[in-house]
Amino acid sequence: MVKSGTIILNTAARFLMPLQLMFSVFLLLRGHDEPGGGFIAGLVAAGAFTLYLLAFGVSATKEVLRMVDPRDLIGVGLLLGMVSVVPAWFMGQPFLTAQWWTIPVIDFKASTPLIFDIGVYLAVLGSVIGMVMALMEVDKDEP
Amino acid sequence: MQFAVLMGFVLAALAPMLHRWFADRTSLVLALFPGLIAAWLFSQAPMVINDGPVLLEWQWVPSLGISLTFLLDGLSLLFGLLITVIGTCVLVYAGGYLKGHPDIARFYLALMAFMVSMLGLVLADGLVTLFIFWELTSVTSYLLIGFNHADLQARKSARQGLFVTFAGGLALMAGLVMLGVASDSWSLTDIRAMETDLREHALYTPMLICLLLGAFTKSAQFPFHFWLPNAMAAPTPVSAYLHSATMVKAGIYLLARLQPELGGTSLWVGVLSVVGATTLLVGAFLAIHHTNVKKLLAYSTIMALGTLTMLLGIGTEYAMTAFVTFLLAHSMYKGALFMVAGNLDHETGTKDVTAMGGLRPLMPVTAMIALAAALSLAGVPPLFGFIGKELKFEAALGAGDYRSLLVIFAFLGAVLTIAVAAIIALRPFYGTRHHTPKAPHEAPLSMLIGPGLLSVGSIAFGIAPGAFGVNALLTSAASAVSGEPMDITLSLWYGVNLALVMSVVSLALGFLLFKYWDDVRARLSILAPAMRRGPEAGYEGLLNGMVVFSEWQTRILQNGYMRNYILVMLVVLIALIGNSILLRHSPLLAFDLDVRFHEVIVVGTMTMSALFATVTRSRLGAVVSVGIMGFSIALVFILFSAPDLGITQLLVETLTVILLVLVLFRLPRFSHLSTSLERIRDGSVAAMMGILIFLLIMTAWSIDQFESISTYMVENSAPLAYGRNIVNVILVDYRALDTLGEMFVLALAAIGVIAMLKLRHEPESPRTAAESSKSDTQEPYDG
Repeated sequence: MVKSGTIILNTAARFLMPLQLMFSVFLLLRGHDEPGGGFIAGLVAAGAFTLYLLAFGVSATKEVLRMVDPRDLIGVGLLLGMVSVVPAWFMGQPFLTAQWWTIPVIDFKASTPLIFDIGVYLAVLGSVIGMVMALMEVDKDEP
Repeated sequence: MQFAVLMGFVLAALAPMLHRWFADRTSLVLALFPGLIAAWLFSQAPMVINDGPVLLEWQWVPSLGISLTFLLDGLSLLFGLLITVIGTCVLVYAGGYLKGHPDIARFYLALMAFMVSMLGLVLADGLVTLFIFWELTSVTSYLLIGFNHADLQARKSARQGLFVTFAGGLALMAGLVMLGVASDSWSLTDIRAMETDLREHALYTPMLICLLLGAFTKSAQFPFHFWLPNAMAAPTPVSAYLHSATMVKAGIYLLARLQPELGGTSLWVGVLSVVGATTLLVGAFLAIHHTNVKKLLAYSTIMALGTLTMLLGIGTEYAMTAFVTFLLAHSMYKGALFMVAGNLDHETGTKDVTAMGGLRPLMPVTAMIALAAALSLAGVPPLFGFIGKELKFEAALGAGDYRSLLVIFAFLGAVLTIAVAAIIALRPFYGTRHHTPKAPHEAPLSMLIGPGLLSVGSIAFGIAPGAFGVNALLTSAASAVSGEPMDITLSLWYGVNLALVMSVVSLALGFLLFKYWDDVRARLSILAPAMRRGPEAGYEGLLNGMVVFSEWQTRILQNGYMRNYILVMLVVLIALIGNSILLRHSPLLAFDLDVRFHEVIVVGTMTMSALFATVTRSRLGAVVSVGIMGFSIALVFILFSAPDLGITQLLVETLTVILLVLVLFRLPRFSHLSTSLERIRDGSVAAMMGILIFLLIMTAWSIDQFESISTYMVENSAPLAYGRNIVNVILVDYRALDTLGEMFVLALAAIGVIAMLKLRHEPESPRTAAESSKSDTQEPYDG
């Protein structure tokens, strides 16, 4: 159950994962104007990792994630969500008022909602793959 | 100033770190905080006394009219000084008393946090702020009583104190809300400046009862007094600080604060005088039953708290003078006596006064401090306690209602208190030497400074009550309590009057009682069975009853079967929503059947998969068919042009199927299938739920309760929020707070799942850990 081990899924997962992750970043960044956003993007990224998990198992996925523990992703996500509150505070505006800045050279709209959205992305990603990995590890521990 | 006080919380949080740097000198460093605040209060004193109350405003939640405003008048100045000066003494003392204790850093943390909370409580002008600080003192008191958490008795006492004060806190909250509603203001200053009389308001009686419940539980009035003696499980510095000088006086403070607005009615006078006098007598009477020096003091504190309540109830000018004088006197001598008790306990290793004796040559300074403080407790001239006691008698003699009752109770209480004072000052230090668990010698300097200072105060204020600005401070405080300007001149000698006669007689009787204390105690022991049926037994019964009840209802409602939970939830939903739909909105079924072919297909697929899920015997089959239903819903979203929802639904559905498969894969085969009776039950509930949702959607669709907000969101998402995807703008901008909350919920759920799965499989020994990590590395290659 833990991993399929079939060649087709393994090959597909190896190629699909980077594509899915790039797509998730794409969805995340365009989310404010077009369909997308942090929640959907987080789910897509979680789907990417889940596919990889199903194909190669927990330890191989942990190697891909290197030092990053899904639980840390949850923490960083929540932190970013809270951090996005701070600028409005300094401007003397009510809690969670959006702040917008334009970065001159590349004409990129940076904003607190974007930081917030990245926080959502990471929290969703961390939560889902944390749960999936925990469930799969339980399977593996069984004799 | 608010900032300085709140910085105390930061300092409390830093206490463990400071302890690492300063080690044994931490207490001195921390004592700087109350010391500085005390200095500031002293510097403000002339202004407050001469020019009236000072108001320090700081907006907190302006949109709700909540501000962190401090009110500095005579009463809060007196309390603030007590808290900071005694706090300084206690911190220094604690440094010696708990020296070398492994958890001393945690002690400093809780004690500092308490100090700040208590300061906030007496300085707060807003009712909301007052309540928050009030509850904080309960929490920190809980932490301090339960400081020796390995001790069952300490844990139990801490919980008892918490329950009693929190129950009162709930009543207090209700009372404060009623006060706020009745006066249409949330600030003490505004309430005081009000024209209308709150005593004639319709809410007066319920409001007063709630406020009194809060104050009486906090200040250990009969019949809620039982938690205070048990709170003596705390380390002695805590007893000296929280449970005699400050926290237990919070309830008294509240009553004094509200006396000008709420006092003077027959309800107020009756309840406060009678409860106060009863507490006074019960406390004093129970005190002489005990040989544990801390219990003796605790019951005598209950007696003092009863006295204060009684004086507030009497409400005359004399009573107000007596109130502030007795408050100051009691805090000084009782704080000192508790620290003396701590010295005895620390040096001899026992708390039983009958086990001590002849310690005076070994601990001369402690003996002197004890003598001074006990003389003040007994009310012997020329100590400050004498003035307090004289005024108390005068006030009782001048009472309007219940005069004879109050005079008799006050007199009997004084006799018993004098016996208690003699027991503490004389019994351990004179007579024959007893063998004690530890070889006693004089306590270190740090444990003598605090109580010594307080005892010197008791003497100095008594000999020269006019000096040191005591008169001015007490005048200002008494004026704040009575609500009108007063002029107090304290003196030791008021001439020969009835109060003086009562003092002298009570001294003689009290000393007699001390002489025959051992006999009296032996005779009183026949009362023991009756004592066990006191209010504490009622508390225990209530608690046990609650445990039995919750066990019963948990067994019924939370039996661990998922299907039962779902069944109960659905039946409740059907009952509540069905009731509301059928009775309040007649269900509207106006719709036209204008459907396209592909819509029929999608809905047909959904129906088929739902039916299949109910009849299949394979778990995997059920999961897959539920998944198909989810995907069909996504299709519906896409058909009705909601791409965001469609994508989300698809992704969520995919991941849900994966998660379900991972969970269900591990379950064994069905051990039995449901009986036909169960199927009929489940089927009918499911059918009713389906019909209900159908009706709900149809009804909701055709009712316009209020104007839709979607137009506003559509129009403003681009100009205001710079985004054209309205769904995302709602998520991250319009409703970002909701999303933030949901993020936390999701994170908590994930952490819960991870913890539940991981903890069960935590390796129990290093060997199994090594084995499991070995299998970790092998795992990818062996499938």
